[in-house]
Amino acid sequence: MKQIWKQPLLVTIVVMLAMGMNAHAAQVLSGKATDFTLKSRSGKNIKLSELRGQVVMINFWASWCGPCRQEMPLLEALYKKYHGLGFTLLGVNVEQDSSKANAYLRDVSVSFPILYDTKNSVSKTYNISAMPSTVMVDRDGNMRYLHHGYKPGYEKEYEKQIKALIRE
Amino acid sequence: MRYLTLLVIVFFLGACSSIEPWVKPYERANLADPIMSFSRDPVSSSYVSHVYEAREGGRGAEGESGGGCGCN
Amino acid sequence: MDAVLRVNQAVVVVATRHIILVTVVFFFPWKVFAAVLPEDRADVLFHSYEGGGVEISGPSVLVRKQSSTNTSIVANYYVDMVTSASIDVVTTASKYEEEREEKSIGIDYLHGKSKMSLSYKMSDENDFDAKSAHFNISQDMFGDLTTVTLGYSRGWDVVGKRNDTTFAFDTNRQSYRIGLSQVLTKNLITGISFDTITDEGYLNNPYRTVRYIDGGVSRGYSYQAEVYPNTRTSTALAFRAKYFLPYRAAVHGEVRVYQDDWGITAQDFEVGYTHPLGEHWIFDARVRAYSQTKADFYSDLFPGQNAQNFLARDKELSTFTTMTLGASVSYEFLKGGWSFIDRASVNFAYDLIQFDYSDFRDLRTVGTVGEEPLYSYSANVIQFFVSIWY
Repeated sequence: MKQIWKQPLLVTIVVMLAMGMNAHAAQVLSGKATDFTLKSRSGKNIKLSELRGQVVMINFWASWCGPCRQEMPLLEALYKKYHGLGFTLLGVNVEQDSSKANAYLRDVSVSFPILYDTKNSVSKTYNISAMPSTVMVDRDGNMRYLHHGYKPGYEKEYEKQIKALIRE
Repeated sequence: MRYLTLLVIVFFLGACSSIEPWVKPYERANLADPIMSFSRDPVSSSYVSHVYEAREGGRGAEGESGGGCGCN
Repeated sequence: MDAVLRVNQAVVVVATRHIILVTVVFFFPWKVFAAVLPEDRADVLFHSYEGGGVEISGPSVLVRKQSSTNTSIVANYYVDMVTSASIDVVTTASKYEEEREEKSIGIDYLHGKSKMSLSYKMSDENDFDAKSAHFNISQDMFGDLTTVTLGYSRGWDVVGKRNDTTFAFDTNRQSYRIGLSQVLTKNLITGISFDTITDEGYLNNPYRTVRYIDGGVSRGYSYQAEVYPNTRTSTALAFRAKYFLPYRAAVHGEVRVYQDDWGITAQDFEVGYTHPLGEHWIFDARVRAYSQTKADFYSDLFPGQNAQNFLARDKELSTFTTMTLGASVSYEFLKGGWSFIDRASVNFAYDLIQFDYSDFRDLRTVGTVGEEPLYSYSANVIQFFVSIWY
């Protein structure tokens, strides 16, 4: 009985490992970033097309998502560093109930704009398939890169792409 | 017959990546809630399993991982 | 079962013959991202079991820390301090005390959407030594709605006897597990798990005896050593589900069926309810019912000496039921963090387990041989623990 199970188990494990092989690489995107308007934390509505001319990093996050919370302080650092150079960061919160997000932001303050996608219309449009997700949009409003998830070290890639897109 | 079996398995595994999840990653707020974990405090669940296993004839099928925030 | 084995064997045969195909599968550009490691935390638990003349208590300390982007290490130190005047002990021996110490260490490794874990456990008491190694791999698929887990464990025990240093017998164990967890809706997660365990070696207890009718003694029965088969294979299948209630609470249920080649069949059902209150409190309540039928070679009273090849009178192998009612309360504090601590909780749990035996008799009461009252007792299980996350 045990003999029969050993090999299939081994093969199944190999296949599973194979499935996990892909290392992190930002997905390259093309095409215009679909315009949207969302209410922001300051009360004003923010429209993506009005930010044409700046490099826009759209980060989709939620307070219940561990990696999202881990990423927050690093996003704040990037925003502070490059904001004056034609870069902005939009923190799109995807929670249907914003109270938890606001409670989180009271403890962890960030200075970049926070937008509320409570109906998830923007999440759907951008086909968000992982939490968190980050879309890099260039000065002409084209989508350039997509990052799925967050692991320590990703912020270095974010910075590389921001610098390159600012220089364009 | 064997080739067919392998082909079916590979196809099935390939299909894994193209099935659209019906619960989107941004809809997992409730599933990510700690109260939805099958084992919120592992130090306690493993003790309770031990209490039963030491006194009952039955053993095994204790649990599997999954659910949660589905992040990354 | 057969079909699964045949499919697997087919895969192996084709895979070994067609290395090209295997390489293609291996490097197929699966659209995969990653998963997350368990949270860093430390727990200190004080546990206490009291019932049936047995008192067991002690600490359990569990520490988990992420050691790199992809790895997490976990270690546990557990002690059982035992004072036993159980029914087996008082009827055939005298009260004893002993201590069992268990240590384990494990590592979790994240590789894309696969999580692998390897752990090693060692348990030590004055007459029993157990070591075991465990391997698990789990894979998230279908947009992280499904998680498949495979596991394999091996165990090596050495059974000894107090006051007899020459007595040492080995037991080996192997276990295979497969599990599937499936998110069905935004509020419902289900799981199924199956495992099979095989033990081989010295499987009985060197102190335990069976009794047989003996007209030659005034008591009416005599004792002889128990005799067990030297293998045991068991299978268990469990279903579980957890549902999120709209006002923020959760209800869960579990069913497990078990059988082994000693003739024991068992099933258990559990339902539980979790209710958070405000920002700090979480209450849990649970009910569990377990029942099993006896092993083929079990009997409370054999008709004579050496009545059959295998003999057992271990109440754990008899026909019985257990019924548990339990409740827990948890209080979360330091939610804003303090020093390196992100948050903390203090927890208390109480379970009352009622054991009722249908064919194991209480020999502390002298009566007509074979008609002594059936044994039953209840146990109080208490847990008190503090957890910190960092």
